[in-house]
Amino acid sequence: MQKNAIFQSRLLPYALIAPQLAIVLIFFYWPAAQAVVQSFLLQDAFGLSTSFVWFENYQDLLQDADYFATIGRTFAFSFAIAFSSLSFALLLAVMADKPLRGGTLYRTLLIWPYAVAPPVVGVLWIFMLHPSLGVLARYLRAMGVDWNPLLDGNQAALLIILAAAWKQISYNFLFFLAGLQSIPRSVIEAAAIDGARPMRRFWTVIFPLLSPTIFFLLVVNIVYAFFDTFGIIDTMTRGGPGKSTVTLVYKVYTEGLIGGNLGSSAAQSVILMVIVIVLTAVQFRFVERKVTY
Amino acid sequence: MVEQEGIRRYVAHLILWIGIAIVAFPVYLAFIASTQDNAVIANGQMSLLPGGHFLQTYYQTIFVGTSGTTREPVATMLLNSLVMALLIAVGKIAISIISAYAIVYFRFPFRMPIFWVIFITLMLPVEVRIYPTYKITADLHMLDSYAGLALPLIASATATLLFRQFFMTVPDELLEASRIDGAGPLRFFWDTLLPLSRTNMAALFVVLFIFGWNQYLWPLLITTRDDMQTIQIGIRKMITTTDALTEWPVVMATAVLAMLPPVFVVVVMQKLFVRGLVETEK
Repeated sequence: MQKNAIFQSRLLPYALIAPQLAIVLIFFYWPAAQAVVQSFLLQDAFGLSTSFVWFENYQDLLQDADYFATIGRTFAFSFAIAFSSLSFALLLAVMADKPLRGGTLYRTLLIWPYAVAPPVVGVLWIFMLHPSLGVLARYLRAMGVDWNPLLDGNQAALLIILAAAWKQISYNFLFFLAGLQSIPRSVIEAAAIDGARPMRRFWTVIFPLLSPTIFFLLVVNIVYAFFDTFGIIDTMTRGGPGKSTVTLVYKVYTEGLIGGNLGSSAAQSVILMVIVIVLTAVQFRFVERKVTY
Repeated sequence: MVEQEGIRRYVAHLILWIGIAIVAFPVYLAFIASTQDNAVIANGQMSLLPGGHFLQTYYQTIFVGTSGTTREPVATMLLNSLVMALLIAVGKIAISIISAYAIVYFRFPFRMPIFWVIFITLMLPVEVRIYPTYKITADLHMLDSYAGLALPLIASATATLLFRQFFMTVPDELLEASRIDGAGPLRFFWDTLLPLSRTNMAALFVVLFIFGWNQYLWPLLITTRDDMQTIQIGIRKMITTTDALTEWPVVMATAVLAMLPPVFVVVVMQKLFVRGLVETEK
């Protein structure tokens, strides 16, 4: 990764790198470091004195049933969103990969929801499925479903998962389509000559070859579900009813808003950081492996 | 065999159209609602065809705002969102391209440590350090300012890595040639490297513009004044907790207006968008 042709200058490179370095230090490292430091401190009720308490904030969190429930809920949401969005997008991508008339039109019509912001997604879906005025809620009730996501926690969770998965379809579709198109035709033809029928061809040849894309998208979708669902939750349910749609990020946000326990809030941020770093590291390791074979 | 292939093709078309319908229906509904009367919508009697209030609702939304207490015209919000998205996209590209240039084309003490310091920022989105970042922004007196909206979101390495990767593929001969012409490092950057990077910059711009336009949690925290709020924040404030007071046609018109610019960018600059998305995720 070294370039042979380079310039000689003592100050210029520092001047060029200074703006980014300054922004990164001020708005990334400084706050991240503060979160870590604060997570080891305990403030008294009036904010007058702070003391160093080692891992007490973390211990309190890990003994808190409510926090555990939130972790479980966030992961359950993530997997549900990732699974439903990935499988639907894969189905669409496999169909769009065929030599069809209007292929590029299909692609255009399927990728634009990527640009819809999470809070707007929330507004669109709550409007569609609002218990008193939603158009789809009307049909649900006509079919005898007792639909009220504003009171029923499970239905609220389902609504969040559907809306979040809906937004992610286009992203997944785009990457699946690129993955499918990079599979050599000769491999698929060889399988066809061997007499493998389309369904079998998909599961024994195409799906395994697509596994790097699937894995990559799985990680991206989980990270998406952790962070970008915030806007969807905030406009649709605001964490309710009860706490049935509070995720880890939403919890940090609401508790910080009320103020109070800085140490606990910081510890929650640090736990989030660790989760993201682990996810990213897993992804990097995998990408590296992919490069070597 | 051939006949079966035909049936398969029909099935593929059918599934794709079902997919498009699922993807488009919520947006269609939003548009329809924005053209209808609020009373009809509130009764749950909304029709699935456009109503006659299109001009009236959009005029009110853009220039007046809701009838409630926080009446801020959506035009202001659109402007704020636009400024923020442009600052994020242009700012990030500008600082990233010059730092990538320094890392690739110069040797200097602490080059690799500095590279790693920037590289690590890839891993953590602003959400995980939200309140400490808020505090620093407040200490720097940047609440309710465009700088406060944009700067913390610029602090990430995606663009730097992309440009670094691209610069590595630029042939060394170009540098030698321009050196023979007597060009210094700044001249080479401006006359040779920048024009070569045009497509990459454009692709990145599209992705970053959408990223910036769609920001939510950060603007929600640091804008307190109504005239500084972005359109995403404006939408949330329009949905009142007591549903009866929500003016749904205005809310839906705002949602449509919030979607228009980024969707337009994706559709019109599709090639650049796809390229930018795939490149930044590598």
